[in-house]
Amino acid sequence: MDTPCPGPSPAACWLTIADLHANNALQFASATGKFHAPMHSQATADPVPLLSARALAFSRNEEPIFGPIDFSLHAGEVVLIEGDNGSGKTTLLKVLSGLLLPSSGTIELHGETLTMSRLSQQVALMGHLPGLKADLTALENLEFSIGVFGLRAGNTPLLALASLGLQGYEHVAVRLLSAGQKKRVALARLLLVPAALWLLDEPYANLDKEGIDLVNRLLEAHARRGGAALITSHGAYAFTSGSPRRLPLRPAA
Amino acid sequence: MRYGTLGSACAALIRRDLLLTWRRRGDALNPALFALMVVALFPLALGPEPNQLMQIAAGIVFVAILLASLLALDALFRSDYEDGTLEQIVLSPHPLPVLLACRIGAHWLTTAVPLILVAPLLAEMLHLPRAVLPVLMLALAVATPLLSLLGAVCVALTVGMRRSGMLLALLVLPLYVPVLIFAAGACNAAQAGLPFLAPLLLLGAGLALALVLVPLACAAALRISIS
Amino acid sequence: MNTLSLWFHKFGSPPTFYRLSRLLCPWLFAAACLIGAVGLYAGLVLAPADYQQSDAYRIIFIHVPCAWMSLFAYIFMAANAFIAVVWRIKISEILAMASAPVGAMFTAVTLLTGAIWGKPMWGTWWTWDARLTSELVLLFLYLGVIGLFSAIEDRRQAARAAGFLALIGIVNVPIVHFSVNWWNTLHQGSTVRLLGPSRIDASMLWPLLLMALATHIWFFASVLARSRSSVLEQESGKEWVREIVQAQGVRRE
Repeated sequence: MDTPCPGPSPAACWLTIADLHANNALQFASATGKFHAPMHSQATADPVPLLSARALAFSRNEEPIFGPIDFSLHAGEVVLIEGDNGSGKTTLLKVLSGLLLPSSGTIELHGETLTMSRLSQQVALMGHLPGLKADLTALENLEFSIGVFGLRAGNTPLLALASLGLQGYEHVAVRLLSAGQKKRVALARLLLVPAALWLLDEPYANLDKEGIDLVNRLLEAHARRGGAALITSHGAYAFTSGSPRRLPLRPAA
Repeated sequence: MRYGTLGSACAALIRRDLLLTWRRRGDALNPALFALMVVALFPLALGPEPNQLMQIAAGIVFVAILLASLLALDALFRSDYEDGTLEQIVLSPHPLPVLLACRIGAHWLTTAVPLILVAPLLAEMLHLPRAVLPVLMLALAVATPLLSLLGAVCVALTVGMRRSGMLLALLVLPLYVPVLIFAAGACNAAQAGLPFLAPLLLLGAGLALALVLVPLACAAALRISIS
Repeated sequence: MNTLSLWFHKFGSPPTFYRLSRLLCPWLFAAACLIGAVGLYAGLVLAPADYQQSDAYRIIFIHVPCAWMSLFAYIFMAANAFIAVVWRIKISEILAMASAPVGAMFTAVTLLTGAIWGKPMWGTWWTWDARLTSELVLLFLYLGVIGLFSAIEDRRQAARAAGFLALIGIVNVPIVHFSVNWWNTLHQGSTVRLLGPSRIDASMLWPLLLMALATHIWFFASVLARSRSSVLEQESGKEWVREIVQAQGVRRE
C-alpha cells in the first residue's frame, strides 16, 4: 500500500489524549523510550531532549483540561497527539509554546526551563489560525516572520514558497488565496524560521491529498535535519494513516 | 542560521503596520473625517456666532479628537487577534512590552498623526484665535501619544471579546479625563492670556511615565486576555 | 510573601472560606443593622441642629460614611485585585469582584445624597468640583470593572482582567482629583466651598463614627455574602459543594 511517508520516516507515536489524562505518566514515558530506542539511536545518544514536560497539567476554571503528563521529545522525532474534539490538544500546544501558563509542572527546552517572560527561539507554533495578514502578500507576510523570528540558513522566502507549490503567488494578497493556500503559506513560515521544534495544530486541515503528502515530506525532512515536531490531529488520517509505523499507545487499565 | 534580533523584530512590526495602513489608505483617513464631522456639528447646534464658538473652540477640538482616537482604538489589536498574528507576536522570543510599544507607536503614527494634521482646519472652523494654534498643536503632540498608550491597555484587556465598543468607551474615558483637562486647559489658559506651560509639562511628565509603564501593563493585560 | 501565601492557602481555601462566611454573615448583618439604627437615631434625633444649616445637615450621617466607604471599598477591591493578579489566589479574585458592586452602590448613594444636600445648601444639584468629579469618575471606574467582569466568559480570567483594570483605576483617581483641582483654579467662577475647615462638634461626631462603623460592617457582610455565592457557583463541580447541597436537601425534607 502506498504509505504517505516513504523513505526513512520519523517514528510517529500515536499518543492519544486519553493516555494523557491517565495518570500513569511513568508508563507512558517508558513506553515511548522503549519504542524509540532501537529506531533512533540518535535520540537516545543525545541525553538532553529537545522538549521535555514534567507533570504538566492545565486546568481552566478548576476543570482539568489535560494532564498531568510527562513526556520528552528528542531531535528527529515526530509525535502525533490524537484525541477527540475538546480533549485539550490545542491547549497542550499552546501551553508548550508558552502562550498559556501551565497550572502545574514544568516545560524544558534543551534542558532550560521555559518562562513566559522570555520565550525560546527554538519553538514555532502553527495554530488553527494561519497568522497571516490578509492585506499583505504571501511574501510580505513571510518577511515579517523572518524579521521577528529569524531565518533558517540556506533558505529564502521565494524558495520556501516554491517548495510549497506556491510559485506565482508570491505577490498575491493573502486575502485572495484559498484556505489551503493560506495553510501552505503558514507552512512556508515554518520552513523559514530557525526553530527546531514545530508545534503544529491540525496541519492537515484544509489540505488536499497532495498537500497532506507535502506536509509529511516537510515533517520528514525536518526530523532528518535534527528537528522535532508535535502534531495534533483529530482524524485517523494523514501522517499515520495506513502507515506501518502507526503506534497506538494504550495505557494498561 | 540567523535568529531575529529585537531590532529586526521591531522594524518588521513597524514596517508591516505602515504597509497595512498604506494598503488601506482610504480607511486611514476615517478618524480625521470623523473629527471633522463632529466639529461641524457644534456650530449647527450652537449657532454660528464666532465669539461664542471661539470661547469653546479648543475644548471642542480636543473632544472631537479624543472621540476619534477612541473609535480608532479598536483596530489596535483586534485584527491581529482575529487572524492569529497576535499569537505569533506574543510567541516571539523578544520582550513583548517592546514589541507592543512599537505596535502602539505605529498605531499613533497612522491614526493620531492625521488627526494632528487636520487640527488646524478644525480650529479654523471654530474661529480659534491664531495665536493659540501653536499651543493647541503642542498640546496635541503631547496628548495624543498619551491617548494611544492609555487606550492600548484597555484594548488589551478587551481583545478577546466579540463586541467591546461600548465597554471599551466605559473603560477608556475615565482614563482620558485628566489628559483632556490638561490639554484643553493649556489652550484655554493661553487663550485667556494666562501661563499655559505648567499643564503641558504635566502632560509631558505623564507621557514619560506612560511610555515606560504602559507597554509593561499592556503586555500583562494581553496575557490575561488571551489566556 | 511566604507567610502571606500560607495564610491565604489556609483561610483562602474555598470550603474554609464558605464555612467561615456562612458563620459570620448573619452576625455581621445584624451588627450592622443594630449599630446603624443606633447611629441613625443619634444622628437624626439626638444630635443638635446645625446653627447654619439647621436640620438639612443631618444627611451627612448617610452621605459622609458612604463617601468614605466608596473609597474604602475601592482600596479593598484594588488590594485584593493586586493579590489576584500577582499570585492568582482565587479567593482574592472573588473578594475583589464581590466588592465592586457594593462599592459602586456606596458611590452612587454618595452622589445622590450629595446632590440632595447640595440643592438646599448651594442652590444646585451638581457642581464641577474636584471632589464631586473624582467621585463620578470613581463610579465610572466601578462600572467599568463590573462591565469588564461580566463581559468575559471565563470567570477567573474575567476576575483577573477586571482586577487589572481596578489597579489602573487606583492610579487614575488621584490624578483625576488633582487635575480637576487645577482645572478649578483656572475657572474660578464656579468654585463652591463644599466642606470648609469646619470643626465638627462631639455631639455630631459620635453618631457619624457609629454610622461609619455600621457601613464598614455592612460592607464586609455583603461582600462575604456575595463571595459566598460566587464560591459556590465557581466550585459547583467540587465534592464539598455536593456535600453541602445534599446536607441542605436532607434538612429541608
